[in-house]
Amino acid sequence: MINVLIDLLWIVLKILLIAIPLLGAVAYMTLAERKILAYAHVRIGPNRVGLFGLLQPLADGVKLFFKEIIIPSKANPIIFLLAPLVSFATAAAAWAVIPFNKGWILANVNASILYVLALTSLGVYGILMAGWASNSKYALLGAMRSAAQVVSYEIAMGFALVGVLMAADSTNLQDIVLHQQGGFWHWYWLPLLPLFVVYWISGVAETNRLPFDMAEGEAEIVAGFHVEYSGMSFAIFFLAEYANMILISALASLLFFGGWLSPFEGIPLLGTLFSWVPGIFWFFAKMAGFLFLYVWLRATFPRYRYDQIMHLGWKVLIPVTIVWIVVLGLLIECKVGPWFS
Amino acid sequence: MSVEKLVFYVFSAILIGSASMVIFSRQSVRAALFLIVAFCSSAVLWMLLEAEFLSLLLIFVYVGAVMTLFMFVVMMLNLDQETVQEKFVRYLPIALILVVLMVAILIFSVKSTHLGDLGQAMSSHHSADYSNTKALGMLLYTHYFYAFELAAVILLIAIVAAIGLTHREKENNKRQRISEQLKANKKDRLTIIDMEAEE
Repeated sequence: MINVLIDLLWIVLKILLIAIPLLGAVAYMTLAERKILAYAHVRIGPNRVGLFGLLQPLADGVKLFFKEIIIPSKANPIIFLLAPLVSFATAAAAWAVIPFNKGWILANVNASILYVLALTSLGVYGILMAGWASNSKYALLGAMRSAAQVVSYEIAMGFALVGVLMAADSTNLQDIVLHQQGGFWHWYWLPLLPLFVVYWISGVAETNRLPFDMAEGEAEIVAGFHVEYSGMSFAIFFLAEYANMILISALASLLFFGGWLSPFEGIPLLGTLFSWVPGIFWFFAKMAGFLFLYVWLRATFPRYRYDQIMHLGWKVLIPVTIVWIVVLGLLIECKVGPWFS
Repeated sequence: MSVEKLVFYVFSAILIGSASMVIFSRQSVRAALFLIVAFCSSAVLWMLLEAEFLSLLLIFVYVGAVMTLFMFVVMMLNLDQETVQEKFVRYLPIALILVVLMVAILIFSVKSTHLGDLGQAMSSHHSADYSNTKALGMLLYTHYFYAFELAAVILLIAIVAAIGLTHREKENNKRQRISEQLKANKKDRLTIIDMEAEE
């Protein structure tokens, strides 16, 4: 009995070890996004609260925490309040199978890639429930758009992941990273380049980020699914969105960029020079790169029109993935390059 | 073992409760949400049987894709509650006869031998390197290959048929032709006219 309790305590401790830095990362991601966007617009961005505005996320958090949660009349209060929780719970639960370094993983399950895919596909229910329970036209429109978009892009994303598990011959995230050992040119981004591009585009679409943020589309439907949300209930949606962004960045670096593996591995001089750097540093650096890409995309591209999103998803991305899976099958059969030998 | 049993009973209770709420709840959206809960809790039960591939697929395919589209349709339809109730009462006698028939057939045809080692399934564990995904793939692509491909072809025909039946080309359909848009240039679209300034 005591042993079971100690085991449970260990698991809770490990969960906290992932969840608390995740929340911190989410908070500072919002600041980083505002700063990068500001510099992209030749502005300064938030710089009043704390040194260089470093305390801005705290101030925002406190503000949102003390605001009133307004539940619209004729809204369905239970589902209305459950929706942000569903969003955040699915975004956070997916982190259980993310390996941060060799063996640094909460649950090393066999089918971890499927687990992540299943949980990210559940995230859309938060948006759907919010849109329906708000009893508001704009919210419902946002939810409808988001449902159609997520269903369409999940197919392309799933096919991109099929390519990865064909290449690594495993559905375990840790095994996939270990298969990419051997330096920059051994990572899967090169043989799976079209799949990587498709994965990244559908990842951006899946998290409802610009230029695919049809679910919010403030120029057309005010704020989409979260028009009626205020205070902490809105903040939890916000947290979920950023946690999902960080998750997609982590997955992109694990699946295509060798996770915690050093980019200098196998290079004569640099390899030994950087061998002391812990793997988790490389992992976080890669994630930061992808997160910067998210903000960069937001600063650069205008929002897609709805029919153009559907066109891109169904008629461009899915055919690309299907063709490349066939090509990949040939590459693996012929044992091409350093990747499949 | 005790933890597994606890998980099993808790999620079975949730499964039965939410499955009956699917039938009893009056709002169609709420019924659909309860169906999602039922799918998720049955996925947990499959996970307990170490069928992780099937259990995740249940969430991924049914909850992630099928139910999303269900919700999509249900939210768009504002079903009139009273007419639904009326029909419910009208068809009740026929439905009751059907239910009795189906339950009788199930009781007579499914015997305890069919359930096989279900009683021991909880106690038998596979080794840590056992992969349900691989085991299933091996069976599907070797032993059941013919049936598997047949099912795939039937599904493909169903998709093509569904699109063929519902897709109607409208005559005044507005469509974006990206190639033509890219071909457009300033010379064809824009003429600059010099005008004398008027007094």
